[in-house]
Amino acid sequence: MNTDYQLIIIGGGPTGLTAGLYAARGRIKALLIEKGATGGQVLLTDWVDNYPGFKDGISGFDLVEKMTEHADRFDLEKRFAAVSSLDLKGETKTVFLENGESLTAQAIIISTGARPRPLDVPGEKEFAGLGVSYCATCDGPFYRNREIAVVGGGNTAIQEAIHLTKFADKVTIIHRRDELRATKILQEKAFANDKINFIWDSTVKAIEGDADGVNRLQITNKSGELSSIDVTGFFILIGVIPNNEVLPLDQLETDPGGFLITDNEMLTSIAGVFAAGDIRDKQFRQIINAAGEGATAELSAEQYLANLA
Amino acid sequence: MASDKIFQVSDDDFDEKVVKNTLPCLVDFWAPWCGPCKAIGPVIDELAEEFDGKIIITKMNVDDNPVTPGKFGLRAIPTLILFKDGEVVDKVTGAVGKSQLVDLINKAL
Repeated sequence: MNTDYQLIIIGGGPTGLTAGLYAARGRIKALLIEKGATGGQVLLTDWVDNYPGFKDGISGFDLVEKMTEHADRFDLEKRFAAVSSLDLKGETKTVFLENGESLTAQAIIISTGARPRPLDVPGEKEFAGLGVSYCATCDGPFYRNREIAVVGGGNTAIQEAIHLTKFADKVTIIHRRDELRATKILQEKAFANDKINFIWDSTVKAIEGDADGVNRLQITNKSGELSSIDVTGFFILIGVIPNNEVLPLDQLETDPGGFLITDNEMLTSIAGVFAAGDIRDKQFRQIINAAGEGATAELSAEQYLANLA
Repeated sequence: MASDKIFQVSDDDFDEKVVKNTLPCLVDFWAPWCGPCKAIGPVIDELAEEFDGKIIITKMNVDDNPVTPGKFGLRAIPTLILFKDGEVVDKVTGAVGKSQLVDLINKAL
């Protein structure tokens, strides 16, 4: 082997940790590169209630710790560094790091994941950290006895709105449709919670505030009527966008949203390059299928490596 | 491993250790339940090593210290506030990348 590693895994969320666990256990010379800490978006999650085996639920933080320790038990080599670019063409794949170093491998698993989608309205950037938040788990405790709003209607929005009622006096969920996409059990919990109320068929047009931060949202409904609500916190939980900035998008096939397209075995449009987890083009982004795809991608990579030899 | 060049600061010693410090200070406001705070930990450690002697890097646990975060209008963590001569130079919020934090620090050098 004339590369630094057989396999390099980029991104240390549940997908990368699972792929890393499988690789290390399979005695593949593998490296996991992560720019922050392991865990990815699970670190933004207050409570995980549907990961099999944890029948009482588990906090996002604890689940990440267990997954990391599990990979560590097989001595997975990890490196905390930011990737700046990749060259994936050819048999030798090169990973360039921000510090100027480069590392080579025969196979790559891309598990860079996704991040919260911005709403793209006036005031959003200006008040980021001053009332505009994408992480209820992080910022909820700053809103004790305040009135706040959440935008979104999916699982994340509803789960985190329920979490926020532990702190805030009133949580208003603003949703562009007249029904929620979130799973039934979450809907039931939200409808039964008297701190939560809803503004249906409406979108936020602008976030307003002063030097102290957010104090008002401008809202418009389906028929174009304008209204406003006074809140000091605004949580934007409307889905995700792909972490694809360091990927060579001229070499990889993507969907219109920039998520990577793979086959059923997680193979991308380039031989030896696999993608798994939230970076993939798919409908459902769950921790369990992120982990499952990590396993599939690693086993596919193992097979690819075996055929090279 | 956390860098030994980073120390914790509290409401009680914030004035003495940060406001009255002759070196610029970067204060990392964090809490144990905050995942992104943990995520930027390794980067903060690297910065503490690289800027050793030029800047002081401290951490404040917002759970244990309610006064100082309130004084600076904190509504999100992680927030990193850069102080020089007792004044706020600039701040960033969220688990940002290393290059953005280097840019922040350079504003005080």
